[in-house]
Amino acid sequence: MSDHAGLVSHLRAAWLSGRTRPLEYRTAQLEALGRFLEEKKQDILEATALDMRKPSFEVELSEISICRSELNHTLNNLGAWMKDENVDKNWATQLDSAFIHKDPYGVVLIIGPWNYPINLLLVPLIGAIAAGNCVVLKPSEISRNMERLVAEALPSYLDKDCFAVVTAGVEETTRLLENKFDYIFFTGSPSVGRIIMTAAAKHLTPVTLELGGKNPCYVSDTCNVQNVARRVAWGRFFNAGQTCVAPDYVLCSVEMRERLVPALREAIAEFYGSEPRNSPDFARIVGDKQFQRVQALLCSGRVAIGGQTDEKERYIGEGTACAGGTPWDVQENDPVMREEIFGPVLPILTVTSEEDAITFINARERPLTLYVFSSSTKVVRRLLERTSSGGFCANDTIMHMTLTSLPFGGIGLSGMGRYHGRFTFETFSHLRSALLRADGREALNNLRYPPYAPRRLPLLRTTVESRRRTVACTLL
Amino acid sequence: MQQPLQLPVQQPPGCGKSSLLSSSAGAAGAIPKGPVVCSTVSGNPYAGLVSHLRAAWLSGKTRPLEYRVAQLEALGRFLEEKKQDILEATALDMGKPSFEAYFTEILLCKNELNDTLNNLSHWMKDEHVDKNLVTQLDSAFVRKEPYGVVLIIAPWNYPIHLFLVPLIGAIAAGNCVVIKPSEISKNTERLVAELLTCYLDSDCFAVVTAGVEETTRLLENKFDYIFFTGSPSVGRIIMTAAAKHLTPVTLELGGKNPCYVSDTCDVQNVARRVVWGRFFNAGQTCIAPDYVLCSVEMQEKLMPALREAITEYFGSNPRESPDFARIVGDKQFQRVRALLRSGRVAIGGQTDEKERYIAPTVLADVQPSDPAMQEEIFGPILPIVVVANMDEAIDFINARPRPLAIYAFSCDSKVVNQVLERTSSGGFCGNDTLMHVMLTSLPFGGTGNSGLGKYHGKFTFDTFSHHRGCLHRNMGLEAINSPRYPPYTQQKLGLMTATFEIKRKGMCTLL
Repeated sequence: MSDHAGLVSHLRAAWLSGRTRPLEYRTAQLEALGRFLEEKKQDILEATALDMRKPSFEVELSEISICRSELNHTLNNLGAWMKDENVDKNWATQLDSAFIHKDPYGVVLIIGPWNYPINLLLVPLIGAIAAGNCVVLKPSEISRNMERLVAEALPSYLDKDCFAVVTAGVEETTRLLENKFDYIFFTGSPSVGRIIMTAAAKHLTPVTLELGGKNPCYVSDTCNVQNVARRVAWGRFFNAGQTCVAPDYVLCSVEMRERLVPALREAIAEFYGSEPRNSPDFARIVGDKQFQRVQALLCSGRVAIGGQTDEKERYIGEGTACAGGTPWDVQENDPVMREEIFGPVLPILTVTSEEDAITFINARERPLTLYVFSSSTKVVRRLLERTSSGGFCANDTIMHMTLTSLPFGGIGLSGMGRYHGRFTFETFSHLRSALLRADGREALNNLRYPPYAPRRLPLLRTTVESRRRTVACTLL
Repeated sequence: MQQPLQLPVQQPPGCGKSSLLSSSAGAAGAIPKGPVVCSTVSGNPYAGLVSHLRAAWLSGKTRPLEYRVAQLEALGRFLEEKKQDILEATALDMGKPSFEAYFTEILLCKNELNDTLNNLSHWMKDEHVDKNLVTQLDSAFVRKEPYGVVLIIAPWNYPIHLFLVPLIGAIAAGNCVVIKPSEISKNTERLVAELLTCYLDSDCFAVVTAGVEETTRLLENKFDYIFFTGSPSVGRIIMTAAAKHLTPVTLELGGKNPCYVSDTCDVQNVARRVVWGRFFNAGQTCIAPDYVLCSVEMQEKLMPALREAITEYFGSNPRESPDFARIVGDKQFQRVRALLRSGRVAIGGQTDEKERYIAPTVLADVQPSDPAMQEEIFGPILPIVVVANMDEAIDFINARPRPLAIYAFSCDSKVVNQVLERTSSGGFCGNDTLMHVMLTSLPFGGTGNSGLGKYHGKFTFDTFSHHRGCLHRNMGLEAINSPRYPPYTQQKLGLMTATFEIKRKGMCTLL
């Protein structure tokens, strides 16, 4: 019997009682979540500062404000989202009621990562609650201070019969996964994603996996180099590069590289000063293991900007390959090109043409995001049409993730499923088709019953069919 | 009775990912149409086929609307021209009455085709989405993209319908497809393997015939989507195999679909609708009402009505009716026959092993521990389980794995709504059986043990599409972005939250 069996069955009983179904209940829980964000803001800022020296501006923006947006968007629309959706009917069902009913799944599990420990745990939670589920939350054990905060403070805001926080390392999480959940939402690495999906398969549990990869950033020759440099530097070095949608590497021509590197140097200095280590606006790597991993990637190409590290502080110079540097002459097989960097290192690879860049991108696993910088709409369009990725953003980085109206998710190794805004609600809802037929009118049904008469087929066909609409119809 | 091992010709390596845009795919040689008999190949016998399809997909061939329409229209011609072959093959496989075969295998498929052809260009369009203040001048939209090379594994009970309807959506969404029809419905499998490929582009669509072992090897390949219809136990195997490649899946599985009959209903109508749903295709239907829950009084009333309906449909000796199917194979026949030892046989119960005939049967006073209540029946047997009232029926249903469909019969709409609200299932139909899946506008799929994902109509297109969130910003207008850059200040933060953050509606005080 697995460790958390008691907890899971307690939540399941609560769910079966129907408690989480009424709109009022869900609204109350969501509003409580809002109060958690408000009242515990200072604690959140402190915990994330301790965990990875996250600048409070970044926490306010990318963790608290985004969650508040998602909360408000959900609260503004939940009544409408919950409604039955009536659908088109055929002749046979004209007088019936045909609609899509939104059912919760039941008891769902949300596993959060450490890099945005509030955002990536709470935004799924918002949708799960909105959809009427009971939830087990498993925050990351790597962002220890945040884990403690969530485990200690969050449960007092939510209904303890329906929502629980579980703290667990790798081994306990494996045991947690032996339980049957009705949905599993996981954010993390592709390798762990496989483990999650394999565990889910045993119970036929549907999953959303928000994974990662190397997000290419193609910079064409026609662009405003200064703007590109600022937007790319911002996206890459935010949270010291520990962002699943950060631009992972740049692809550009040799000529563009010549112009980009000084522009990047300028942007980095503008953002973090001449000594980024002293800037309060630059985060640190979350742990020693991760620090060593990223540091090892520095032996790639030639450091163009930055490159300084400090093991005690887990400081890696702001960005591009070591302290705001970009490795020159990075080759495909260099360490930095073999795994998702997830650190403040930006490799620049040169390509001979746009075609070359597309081939390079398509030869690799599909990333979470593809970035393209070009003043030419045609170039943007070509990159968009000839590649495949979770999401796409032209002429900026990260911003596509901030629109609640855009679905956010991966494809291939970068994940499956999508969320944000209404999509989170739908992720955690089972869309149940419902047809309520009137009791009488049996005469119409006679067409379908045996003894079968082929002559009935044309009429039967008419009652259920969708006709092909032809452009040229003759009016008599 | 084993099918000879039929594998496609092994392609030379080099058709892999890195040679996508070059013409080496052509140099690798064409895939012959139809299955090719080979000696057993070890390693990965399907690698060549999959990479050939992948190369074709990467060439962009399947993307234009015109291409997809042409392939779909070809499917329509297949249904039209091979109609007689389909009726004959399904008759041989399970004695499917041609009326039933025409209805489910031809007509309903044509419906889906037409629905798709009518709407495809609209479905393919980029969907523009709401923007916030910061992105007002940008272009924000959701683009529908194919996954790539997808695999459709079909079952034997509706052997054309259950691969063709997913195939329609897969083609419509721009994918290349490997189709694996069921080896159990042997005649239909042969028909599909031999004839379908003549209608479709053989660079992009292939039929693979495979038994259990070969299917396991087929699954070792990386597909970009897997669509499976079959049993929950095999569903687990499929999902576990898919997990290795992080391949998304739709699993259309099964379960025991409860049919609650309240005390207030028109017994004659209920009997006819339930009998139709249960005995269609000799009960070999994933959404058939699997068992009835009703009061002991309703069981009394229902029994003569059920008997009357069965006689009306199939005559006094259903074995002689041309409108009643047979069980598909000996193994399945024995499995279903064993379930007869449940409760007491109130109607029917006769069997004939040679014909694989099981009479339309109703079992009364069935206990939850009886054989008929331990597994999905998938045969022409309808057990009746007595419950005291609606609440007990709901508890009974909720104590069991979630089914593909729940049926509730009552003149009182409150009763129907209660059952809907207090249970969970793939789909639901009040006062009829099967009909909810014939509306292309309703999503069809399971939940829990009965499956994950959904399809039919636009939902099939969406199933096989990746919805890619896209934002196209202006290269200039850098001033808008300035507040987000370091050095961070309180003022910048205030500006960002003011422009970015969504406010709660109805919470502002007007001064």
